Amino acid sequence: MLDEIRAILKEHGRITVDPATLADDADLYLAGLTSHASVNVMLALEDKFEVEFPDRMLKRGIFGSIASIRAAIEELKG
Amino acid sequence: MANPQTSSTSAAARIGLEIAAPNSTSVDREARFPREAIDALKAERLLSAYVPPELGGGGLGMIELSQLCEILAQHCSSTAMVFAMHQIQVACIARHGLGSPFFKRYLTDLVEKQYLIASVTSEAGVGGEMRTSVCAVEHQGDRFKLDKDATTISYGAHADDLLVTARRAPEAAPSDQSLVLLSKAEYSLEQNGAWDTLGMRGTCSPPFKLRSSGSSERILSVPFAEIASNTMVPFSHILWASCWLGIATAAVSKARSFVRMQARSKPGTTPPTAIRLAEVSGTLQMMRANVHDVAEECEKLMAQPDAGADVLSSMSFALKMNNLKVATSQVLVDIVQRCLLICGIMGYKNDSKVSIGQHLRDGLSAALMVGNDRIYATNASMLLVLKED
Repeated sequence: MLDEIRAILKEHGRITVDPATLADDADLYLAGLTSHASVNVMLALEDKFEVEFPDRMLKRGIFGSIASIRAAIEELKG
Repeated sequence: MANPQTSSTSAAARIGLEIAAPNSTSVDREARFPREAIDALKAERLLSAYVPPELGGGGLGMIELSQLCEILAQHCSSTAMVFAMHQIQVACIARHGLGSPFFKRYLTDLVEKQYLIASVTSEAGVGGEMRTSVCAVEHQGDRFKLDKDATTISYGAHADDLLVTARRAPEAAPSDQSLVLLSKAEYSLEQNGAWDTLGMRGTCSPPFKLRSSGSSERILSVPFAEIASNTMVPFSHILWASCWLGIATAAVSKARSFVRMQARSKPGTTPPTAIRLAEVSGTLQMMRANVHDVAEECEKLMAQPDAGADVLSSMSFALKMNNLKVATSQVLVDIVQRCLLICGIMGYKNDSKVSIGQHLRDGLSAALMVGNDRIYATNASMLLVLKED
């Protein structure tokens, strides 16, 4: 799952570094993720993992790192 | 409709009526800073209205700040907007800086000296996007250097201190920003343009080149991303909207006095303009309800143990704040134009008691202070993932 998240970040995150070089817990916002780009990341994640992020998850913290994105998806997948 | 009277609101009402109102025409005509009214607000210690009581400040919340802006804007839009913008800066420091002895001491000093803080978020090359910076804080030991090419600094030449956004460091991404407080002794501003605008002329907001250096304790440790979503955006949108509500209220009040004048000249008949007044009074009520609703919600959230961080940083709250800004900026112009139709040629004249021209010119700025289309684009993008669940 981590690889798939990194691939989506590479395609849609418009961040300043290659996601392959980012640690799981690295701060994505410090890596240049904007709230604008994060919407596209969310849409791609919803499509890829067949989940819908409820509004309570649509906040900065959830999309703050690759690990926190995985935790959110795992929670939704049950 | 009346707001509950407090010592702050009655002080603002007195300053508005006795000091801001008599100077408002010259402030507008000469595009000059509303010095008299701002000095009067300082004398009443209203520049520290939001500073917590334990530091000696007024300890007001969002609702009361909103009322102060609304009251002042009925008398002088520029005074109200300068006051609003200053409070936004104070709120950023008070809500995110109290962990630092330096910022605690600064707010204590602000109470005593009534410093006026201006905001430096605009910058050449970012296309109006507050959450992006070109300039960066350059660290040199325990000091920093910061230069910025600002496209507009409201009351920049009249402020004591500046609160400036910049990239956290020269290697940081454009959206990885810090907020830095600069004091007059440590910065220089070179004005490189004029402020000769349609309205909001007394805010005196020309472009400046900023050069500064200072000790690193002047940099807020909380990332600007968090300060922006939790404080700067909600305070900006609510307090701006409150100023606009005051402008709309002033225009409607002129329309009311014009209709009353007509009614008195022909007792027994209802003037045709009275219908239009009835209509616009309902629209004003809707605008007021929108502003008050969001201000109340914000005040409640900010009083929570987490200072509202969880909800304020959410997308659904950002959408609500943006909707408030766009809706009130649009309805303001609509209300003022309808008041102009009611007052007719008397409203069109600049020298009549029911002159509407300045309200219209001022009101037209509302859609441009963070362009409404930019906000619509953000909302459109957020609505792609928001579900309203």
